[in-house]
Amino acid sequence: MAINRNFRTCPTTGLVFHEQADRLIRWNAVAGVVSLLVGGVLALLVTLTRWPAVHLLPADWFYLVLTAHGLDMLVFWIIFFEIAVLYFCGAVLLRCRIAAPRWAWLGFALMVIGAVTNNVAVFRGDSSVMFTSYAPMGAHPAFYLGLILFAVGALIGCFVFLGTLVVARSEGTFHGSLPLVTFGAVTACIIAIFTIASGAIILIPTFLWSIGLVSHIDSLMYRTVWWAFGHSSQQINVAAHVSIWYAIAAIVFGAKALSERVSRTAFLLYICFLQLASAHHLLADPGLTSNWKIFNTSYAMYLAVLASMVHGLTVPGAIEVAQREKGYNRGLFEWLRKAPWGNPVFSGMFISLVGFGFLGGISGVMMGTEQLNLIIHNTIYVPGHFHATVVVGTTLAFMSMTYFLIPVLFRRELMFPGLARWQPYLFGLGMSSFALFMMGAGTLGVPRRHWDITFAGNPLGYEFPGTAYLMMGIMALSGIVAVVGGIAYLLITVGSVFFGKRIGGSEFKALSVREGRASPPAPQPVAAAITGHGSIGIGGFVAPGTFTLALVFLVAFVLYYFVNWKYLSTLWPLS
Amino acid sequence: MSAIQPPAVRVWWKQPLDRVEGTWIAIAFVWCLVMFFMMPYWHVYGKQNLSNEAYRTTPERYQQKTQEIVDRYTVRTETDLKVPVVHPPAGSDVYLIARLWQWWPMLELEEGKTYRLHLASMDWLHGFSLQPENINVEVHPGYEHVVTLTPTRAGTYSIICNEYCGINHHTMASRLYVVKR
Repeated sequence: MAINRNFRTCPTTGLVFHEQADRLIRWNAVAGVVSLLVGGVLALLVTLTRWPAVHLLPADWFYLVLTAHGLDMLVFWIIFFEIAVLYFCGAVLLRCRIAAPRWAWLGFALMVIGAVTNNVAVFRGDSSVMFTSYAPMGAHPAFYLGLILFAVGALIGCFVFLGTLVVARSEGTFHGSLPLVTFGAVTACIIAIFTIASGAIILIPTFLWSIGLVSHIDSLMYRTVWWAFGHSSQQINVAAHVSIWYAIAAIVFGAKALSERVSRTAFLLYICFLQLASAHHLLADPGLTSNWKIFNTSYAMYLAVLASMVHGLTVPGAIEVAQREKGYNRGLFEWLRKAPWGNPVFSGMFISLVGFGFLGGISGVMMGTEQLNLIIHNTIYVPGHFHATVVVGTTLAFMSMTYFLIPVLFRRELMFPGLARWQPYLFGLGMSSFALFMMGAGTLGVPRRHWDITFAGNPLGYEFPGTAYLMMGIMALSGIVAVVGGIAYLLITVGSVFFGKRIGGSEFKALSVREGRASPPAPQPVAAAITGHGSIGIGGFVAPGTFTLALVFLVAFVLYYFVNWKYLSTLWPLS
Repeated sequence: MSAIQPPAVRVWWKQPLDRVEGTWIAIAFVWCLVMFFMMPYWHVYGKQNLSNEAYRTTPERYQQKTQEIVDRYTVRTETDLKVPVVHPPAGSDVYLIARLWQWWPMLELEEGKTYRLHLASMDWLHGFSLQPENINVEVHPGYEHVVTLTPTRAGTYSIICNEYCGINHHTMASRLYVVKR
């Protein structure tokens, strides 16, 4: 069969879409949004149950719904969308055909089958084992089988992406190094392959155990290997959404990295220093030494944290420089004030960045500190942390990306533009507040994954302080605001994709390899490229506003860090 | 050229660092080192460190050791289930069983005295969560974790389970009494 070489060029952005890549990106994104829809309904049910004043679901349904919510959101929504992001960063940004489209479709089919199988297993009612499915608590074999099929599909997607890079290079569709955003996507892809390998190492034996072929799964071994899968998958998200931040900064502002060297090195640090991320999930476990715990959570210098702190500066810094070069050069913050706050592509991305850093980043380091973990482990602080990272950070970044993709990829005008303007604020701020009050309640010891913190009818129950109930109430209200923001997102995207006004002017045409070749860049003296950013900024700082914000972040980080040590020091002595 | 296009020049790594980036990287790196050194520092100068002492065990063996303590030091029973309340001598080894969906037995400790608290699960994972102190430790089946602790304030504390352990997870709660001598 001849290779499909049909391409179209988007008239507004100039991006080039290969026909198969175009379809694959669409279908993966759609499958992601469907998972988000299911997960979102479940999110509302979970929130309404954990709101002590409402306490909606009975216990068995609560645990079932919580299991399905975790899987549909954290695995299916995010990974479907990530595969779409990989194909976008590969085939679209490199203006080339996607490699092995039939393999890509096979991968997609496996992912869909896996996701459905897993959901069916959970909704049958005998697999309410939570997202983590800690052995020796067992689920129906279909639960593990669904996850394994999904992972195999995602792995195929990763290799299709890597193959696409090879195609782009051999057909000469770009010159020089990969774009920074694609480089970030490669990072995500490499971490994904490690993640899926870890998943296979733990899920395949667990599947065999569930059908009786393996006699025993050690609980500590399970947790150690499972988290190499469970946490590394969150690093895929980080790498992916940081890439999207750079992409949006480039799309909205034409921003380029302050220096390619720093941003790329920071991505590289993710690959080198995040992999044994299972360690910080095991800080409260027996059988592992403190040396092991301390070294493996930090590698002696927290270089992965450093990488995120670098991206946290360079992404807004790139925006600041782009804005200053456009003339918004007055004072510290004119560039930020004059940013397009009504454009959901930008506002969503910026809330994602700030929320990820301040709420998700800081809380993550607290939990990952060996001793501080004692006052946080398995409290509702933990979901507070990861709702800030994976929902405010990843999901909101993906949402803002969709607002860009609807006209460009789906060729439809955005419906309800007025609602779209507000959606990132509703969702982002609702979810930030949700995460914050979860952390507050967690500090008071409220457990996660718990149906009834009132211990009704239990003579030995514990009475949580009134503040904990207040926080759980505010958490639930914020959760509802976020759910409303989520509904708005689904309304806008699904409405636009099916009923939005069609945008014409971008038809597929066959393009030969020769026609697809990128023209070589105009020769440029090296000296011109290595000069700085001209006369913008204050006092030799090209991005003084961003630097000020970074210092605010640092002060918050340092204060909160030592507040937690202070709290820890009041506990009963332990050794 | 923006971040979604290849870098304009092939020698992008020769572009010098902006002052803003260099400064921030230095500050952030120092902070990362501080955070690392806090952990070993606390092992030397801090008083709250989770014990590294753990042994492999079996439910039968652990049950038997716990039973011996219960037989020797039970002072009363509580609730309809007649859960024994154990008051072991100061400084001794105290055993606590985690099982679906109960902590067993109940403990009564003396203020200011140090105990070696053994934790193990008989079945699935459980989470030892002492409230309102807010000390949280994972409890595994097959592993006996020995935590040395010193209750500093008399009162009635709760132990709840904070690792999901099935349908009645939320009913798994017990007490720990700390009494003055």
